[in-house]
Amino acid sequence: MSSINLTVNLGQLQLKNPLVAASGCFGYGTEYSDVVDLSTLGAIAVKGLFLQERPGHVPPRIVETPSGMLNAIGLQGIGVRRFIDERLPALRKHRAVVIVNICGTTVDEYAELARILSDAPGVAALELNISCPNIKEGGITFGCDLRGAHDVVSAVRRATSLPVIPKLTPNVTDVASFARAAEEAGADAVSLVNTFLAMAIDVETRRPRLSNVFGGLSGPAIRPIAVRMVYECRQAVRIPIMGMGGIMTAEDVVEFLVAGADAVQVGTANFVDPFVWPKLLDGLTGYLERHGHGAVRDIVGTVAVPGAAQRISS
Amino acid sequence: MPADVDALVLSNDRLSEAYNVVGLAAPSIAAAAQPGQFVMVREDRPGAPLLRRPFSIFEILRDDQGRPTGISLLNKRVGVVTGALYAREPGGRLQCLGPLGRPFSVGTPPAEAWMVAGGVGLAPFATLAEALREQRTPATLYYGGRSASDLFHVDWFERRDIRVVLATEDGSRGEAGLITGPLERHLALLPAAAPLMIHACGPTGMMRAVAQLAQASGRATEVSLEPVMGCGLGGCYSCVVPVRSGPATPSQLVRSCLQGPVFPGHQVAWNELAPAV
Ligand SMILES: Cc1cc2nc3c(=O)[nH]c(=O)nc-3n(C[C@H](O)[C@H](O)[C@H](O)COP(=O)(O)O)c2cc1C
Repeated sequence: MSSINLTVNLGQLQLKNPLVAASGCFGYGTEYSDVVDLSTLGAIAVKGLFLQERPGHVPPRIVETPSGMLNAIGLQGIGVRRFIDERLPALRKHRAVVIVNICGTTVDEYAELARILSDAPGVAALELNISCPNIKEGGITFGCDLRGAHDVVSAVRRATSLPVIPKLTPNVTDVASFARAAEEAGADAVSLVNTFLAMAIDVETRRPRLSNVFGGLSGPAIRPIAVRMVYECRQAVRIPIMGMGGIMTAEDVVEFLVAGADAVQVGTANFVDPFVWPKLLDGLTGYLERHGHGAVRDIVGTVAVPGAAQRISS
Repeated sequence: MPADVDALVLSNDRLSEAYNVVGLAAPSIAAAAQPGQFVMVREDRPGAPLLRRPFSIFEILRDDQGRPTGISLLNKRVGVVTGALYAREPGGRLQCLGPLGRPFSVGTPPAEAWMVAGGVGLAPFATLAEALREQRTPATLYYGGRSASDLFHVDWFERRDIRVVLATEDGSRGEAGLITGPLERHLALLPAAAPLMIHACGPTGMMRAVAQLAQASGRATEVSLEPVMGCGLGGCYSCVVPVRSGPATPSQLVRSCLQGPVFPGHQVAWNELAPAV
């Protein structure tokens, strides 16, 4: 066992390591208990939950694109009460740290979800999905409007003492301003990025490849943009950041940490290699040893940008 | 518990311009596999497609002592990954996650088992045929394709005492027309009291027709659906198919990687099922 300190703090929430399963890419967590020891993950952000059950979109729901994929699942889900009754007990048994990703169509729904989950044993934090590109109502409409983002975060803040982590969309001009709005509204941390709104067409049939027409782009294709956005947010806010977008290897984990993320989330990589988790942790530990660091937090935000702050904005 | 095996390609038997059978060294998958289960396959090379693709386990490969050593996949070249499977030479590798999914039920005598395959839908029936033979369950393979060049391994099934009924749309082998033709006639001839399970895998239209024929004559079916899949483990919710728990209940979209790929035919809401891409 190495003596490296892998723990990270996300406000009130301490994680044993910075590796978190990204929402929607790991089911409700229990699906993966056969292939991963769930207690070894920093945390699991479970699939997005509404108050009610949702059927989701008609298939096809995914399509592969160069170095990535589009998805339009449409937040199919069992609703918060069934999650608490049917999934949370098993997650607790596996000693998983559970971050519940919540989604509403109104500010009140987010607050109601927060209240319900505050009373459920075994919830470590709330991730506010204000960034799903795949549903018409709610979600991203809050994430693309500074006022809306502020209102949702402060309403949830008032409704719960759990850590509140809004998840930001990259489908805005200036993601850092949303991180700032979240911080001002009392968020404990922010996570970013959700998927990029995208479209793919079958040129033979000239039809969209997804039934929903649009889908969210994830995977390695988005990584450089996500890294840039994490870096920008790091310059803009003091609260911790969970960075994600296209992480496949330990090197990618380090890239996000160095850009300014305190922890990272891993989504699409689970589909490619469900056994990726110990590889990421070993690789991260190896990197820290190789560079003589005793703790993960030693490398957070350490990217050396010549003449930082005066970035060229041509 | 599924394993991820960086499997050595043992053989590549190209059956035609489109079809091949790839043999893979994967003892752990072979030992655990049940009829109708699948693996998620990808090439581990830079530039290869990111997501794995599902393939039915075709044969269980065994050594001289009968110990499971690997699996084979029946492949039809249609896209990038199937193209790579077609091209891959022995000595190369393919990453194989499995075995996954709910298997076929294996009937026991006096029940009979009829397997209905369309084209590459033959894939899950080799393992089922072997399991049925072990139970001494009388089995028939109904196997249809567009023409004779779409039909393979017929003698493989015959050697295992499976009765084989063939049909091709162009009449170049077996009966001319769809495989549901002889199936329907044979169903009409079977005494009502004779127990039977029908298993089907192939184009959606064929499986739907089989399920409806069977239901009309009061017979149970199992169909193996092949929707687009992202992960094979229940993580992504992309492989959902509409099923009903009762004839009057509304359909629900369930993950075919976990609750399938094998479903009771009467539970599938065929009207809502998008054709496989
Ligand atoms: C199939 C799929 C489903 C997703 N579902 C959700 C969701 O329910 N809630 C959410 O906040 N993000 C969801 N996401 C976004 C991911 O959590 C993540 O932000 C994004 O995929 C980028 O990370 P990655 O490139 O590592 O996948 C989903 C992504 C995918 C691919």
